This record gives sequence, structure tokens and C-alpha cells, in this order.
Amino acid sequence: MRFIFKTDYAQDIKLAKHGGHIFWYSLLMLAMLVAPWVVAEYWLAQMTFVMIYAIAGLGLMLLAGFTGLFSLGHAAFLGVGAYTQAVLTNAGVPFPVALVGAAALSAAVGFIVGLPALRVKGIYLGMATLSFGFIVEEVLARWESVTGGNAGKHIKAPDVFGWKIETGNEFYFLCLVITVIATLAILNLLRSPTGRAFVAIRDSEISAQSMGIQLSYYKTLSFAISAALAGVAGALYAHKLQFISPEQFNILQSIDLLLMIVIGGLGSVHGAFLGAIFLITMPQVIALVKDYLPPAIGQAPGLQGLVYGVVLVSFVLFEPMGLYGRWLKVRTYLQLFPFYRKGMFKRQKSFQKSDRLR
Amino acid sequence: MSEILLSAKNLSVRFGGVLAVNNVSFDVRKGEVFTLIGPNGAGKTTVFNLISRIYTPTTGEIMYEGEILTAQSPHKIASMGIARTFQNIELFENASVLHNLLIGRHTHRKSGLWQDMFFTSTAREAEIKTRKKAEEVIDFLGLQHHRDSHVAGLPYGVRKVVELARALCTEPKLLLLDEPSSGLNVEETEDMAFWIADIKNVLGITVLMVEHDMTLVSKVSDRVLAMNQGEVLAMGTPREVQSDAGVIEAYLGSVDDVSSLRREQTV
Repeated sequence: MRFIFKTDYAQDIKLAKHGGHIFWYSLLMLAMLVAPWVVAEYWLAQMTFVMIYAIAGLGLMLLAGFTGLFSLGHAAFLGVGAYTQAVLTNAGVPFPVALVGAAALSAAVGFIVGLPALRVKGIYLGMATLSFGFIVEEVLARWESVTGGNAGKHIKAPDVFGWKIETGNEFYFLCLVITVIATLAILNLLRSPTGRAFVAIRDSEISAQSMGIQLSYYKTLSFAISAALAGVAGALYAHKLQFISPEQFNILQSIDLLLMIVIGGLGSVHGAFLGAIFLITMPQVIALVKDYLPPAIGQAPGLQGLVYGVVLVSFVLFEPMGLYGRWLKVRTYLQLFPFYRKGMFKRQKSFQKSDRLR
Repeated sequence: MSEILLSAKNLSVRFGGVLAVNNVSFDVRKGEVFTLIGPNGAGKTTVFNLISRIYTPTTGEIMYEGEILTAQSPHKIASMGIARTFQNIELFENASVLHNLLIGRHTHRKSGLWQDMFFTSTAREAEIKTRKKAEEVIDFLGLQHHRDSHVAGLPYGVRKVVELARALCTEPKLLLLDEPSSGLNVEETEDMAFWIADIKNVLGITVLMVEHDMTLVSKVSDRVLAMNQGEVLAMGTPREVQSDAGVIEAYLGSVDDVSSLRREQTV
């Protein structure tokens, strides 16, 4: 068990709260840095995808996990980012400028989609964002002069002011840098007034408002930041695949993103990463296990969907805090060994919530 | 002392066919504890919600420090110096007590979005200052023990105090307390009475509260306004209002009712 002796208020706003954090995150960073020389190319590509999905997941986590607004059309922002990046890069715009453009356009679209969120909540917001997702998918398919329609669109290799990134290794490092920046930005937001305003809106709109938080501003801001991150992820996704088509940004992709953060653990930054790892490794695991299953099950179509569904339902039932929540329990068990009690994390059934003023 | 901080003029609110508040006027003077009493459904909380701009009055207006409060948007109320608590506790459940208090400092934020995102020195310094102010309130209400506790796991009495603390964190000039003693035990109610007195005398904050516990009301309030069915019954010191015939009738029924009951019993 670790006891932190606090002597300064600055200690509470540090990102690394104690030596353990510094040690483990440095080790993780070191492992990520040497990975290209240690890991096989295929797995490096998978790690790149984990980072790309984690960036999108960070955005959705900010929106769903911290502001309490669920989006069922997040793949649309991914699509907007990907296509903006493709169009700009193919026009010869350097990578950083194109990336900022992709993020900005996604943010602008996110702002517009955020407007209905000021009026509708819960399932209705889900429906609004869902239909928005369909609209974007349709636009991507029909606006052939720009997007190339259903035939898809090729994208040139990223060009950072003359430095062409063509190998997988270089692109891996590019993604690593962007992931670190995005993560730090989100962590900074969460420890400052802006992030606290988001959390306040999630927990009680009425009292957030009476604390002076302008709901309309912070809700649309959350949508815009979330969409910008999805746009960045989309841009990297486009570069990684080098070919994009509208069906990559359909409802299934949106659901994958939502699944990812719910399984990772709503309301935790770690959750975005754990969820991304889950989302990328799960198909591999299913493919590995397939061979050992009886052919009637192993070769059945829709096996992946079934497994995902079962996993999601069991998480919602048994571990609502997701993979990160599970990790917290394991960690506490180890720290307190042998004194861990079974009911330690049991949520106390508190008196019913007040009927909210509407 | 007699300077007027907030004045409501001819307030009326109609929800469909229900006239929740009917032509209510009152003044709250600077530095006093002003209490609204009345039976359930009298319209006390509605008056509160009018002041914190959750509802808009059908007719009438509220003046606050020479400004028309009813023309402001709801989130501006806090920065004008009006903070409130809720009857059924509206805390940010999935956060620590300290986090709740820091949210209370929102109107005093010094850093913008980009400063927050890069956590510049401005944001860092502002954070430390925010924390210091929150700690002052923690000291004032003796919440040190619960500083890092999760709100969801706290007992009701403590939550009530946390909500008061969060309201104080906004550094208000006018504090609206909606039934501060509901659900509290005798000791906690006494603590609450001390704190309300301290808020008035030490911090110099004007308090407007809704309360049912007459012991607490007579202990701390300077003036009391009694309401029934959306209308003003009586206004004055706690003693005056308690002995007002109209108030007694609203709570206990009229003399006729009582005598009619008696007759039934004798027959």
C-alpha cells in the first residue's frame, strides 16, 4: 500500500501523482519507442491501429464518458476527417496543415451536430447522431467529384514539409507523437475548469447551470473537441489504409467506437486505450480460436458480431466500469493483499435521486 | 443594514391552469436572513426557481442590485453573486467532495480553453488559487475529513453540508437555501443553525431560505414571509408571523373548523 504525504496543493494537480506513475509510464513509453525494432511488422501495424482508435476513443470518451452525451454517429466525424485529409493531401498540402484542416472541419461539423444536443437528451440524442451518421455516409457516397463515391479514394503518403513518411515504422512514430499530444491535452482539460464543467454537466445539469456553467457553450464545445479528435484519428486512419471508402464509416464503425469506450470503461482516460486494445486484438483472438471450434460454429458467419454482443452484455451486467474498473479492483486486491474484502467496490445503494427539475 | 439587495415585485407564475405563485412581492435587505415558510405546495420553491432563473415569471419582475434579474440568462445568475442549494441535493455524484467545491469556483475561472488544454502557467496558478479558496470553505464548514471522499458514498447529512460548501465556493452575496435542515437529525440541524448565523455574521452573506423547522427559523431568521397557495399570508419577525391568525389558519385550519369538529364529538 502506498501512502502519499501531501505537503503542497501543486501535488494534487500533477499528472504523475507518485514515483510509481513515473516509472510505469516511462517504461511504457520506452517499450513503445523500441517496439519497431522488436515487434514484427504485422503487430506494429496493429499497434498503430490501436493508437488511431485510441485517439478517436479519447474524443468519444470526453463526450460520452465525461460530458454524458452519447453519440451513435461518431464514425461520421472519422469519415469527415479522413476525406478532408485525403483531399488536402492529394492537393499537395503538407501533412501537419492537412491534419489541422481535418481536425478543424470535423470540429465545425461536430459543433453543428452538437446543437441538437442542447435540446434533446439520452436516447433522442442517440437517434439524432445516428441519423447524422447516415447523412454523412450518404454524402460521402454521393458527392463523387470530391470523395470518389462508392469506388473509394486513394490517398498519397504523408509529407511533413518535404519529409515523406512511407514506411510503417515512420508512420508508427508519427501516430505515437500525435497520440501522446492528444492524451496530454485531454488530461490537461480534465484537471482544469473546462473539464470540471464537462463532468458537472454529466452529473447534474441543473446544478451545473446554477454554478454558472453555460450549458450550451460547454455541450457544443465537448462535441467540437470530440469531433476534432475523431477527425485526427480519421486522417491517420486514411493514411494507414491508403484507401478509403464510405462503408468504412458506417453505423458498424460508430457502434465499434461506442463499444470500445464502454468496454474500456466509461469515464476514464485509460478506458479509451484499453478499449482500443480490445477492439483491435479481439478479431485476431477470434480468428485464432476459430480453428479449434467445431466447423459448424467456427465457420458460421457473424461469429464476431455474436462474440462482441456477448462481451458487451456481460460487461454491462458484471463490470459496468469496464476493463479499467476491473484493473482497479485487481490493483486494489494486490495492494491490500491479503486484506481485500469481497464487497469493497460494491456500490452502496443510495437513496433515490431527486426528480430532476426540467 | 436596511439597503435592499433583492426585491420581487408582483411575481406570478402560471403552469397551465395552476397559479403556482400569485402576485407575490417582497424585499430582501442586505445582511439579513429572510425565510419563506408555508405548507407544502405553497410556492416557496417556485419563488426560488424564479430567482435562480429556472422558471420565468408570467408577470412581475425581480430586481437585484439595481438590475432586472428576470432579464438575465440562467448561467449568469451565479456570476452576479447568487448561489443556491437544492431541496433534494443536486451534487455531482461521481466526483470527490473537493472536485465538487472546485466546480463551485467556476465563475471565478481565469484560464480559457487553450490555456487549459496546454495547462499553461496561468492555468496552473489559477488552479492553486482555486484550491486555496476551496480549502477556506472546507475549513469553515469542517469538511477536512471528507475532502477526498466520493460524494456517492457519503451520508445524507454530510452531502447537505457539501452542497452548502459548494454554494459558498462561488463567493455569493445572496445565498438561497432550499430547506437546509430537511433530512437532518437534531444535532446536524443545530450545526446548520450555527453555520447560517456564521454565514450572515462572519462572511456577511445575505441568506434567503425556505424552511419548515420553526425552531431553526426562529433561531436564525430576521424576517419571515409566510405563503399559502401561492399568495403572501404574512411578513414580519418570526414571532409576529407565528402569531398571525392567517398563518395559524393555513397550518391548523380555522376556528370554525375546530369548533365544528367539537360539535361532532359532543353529539
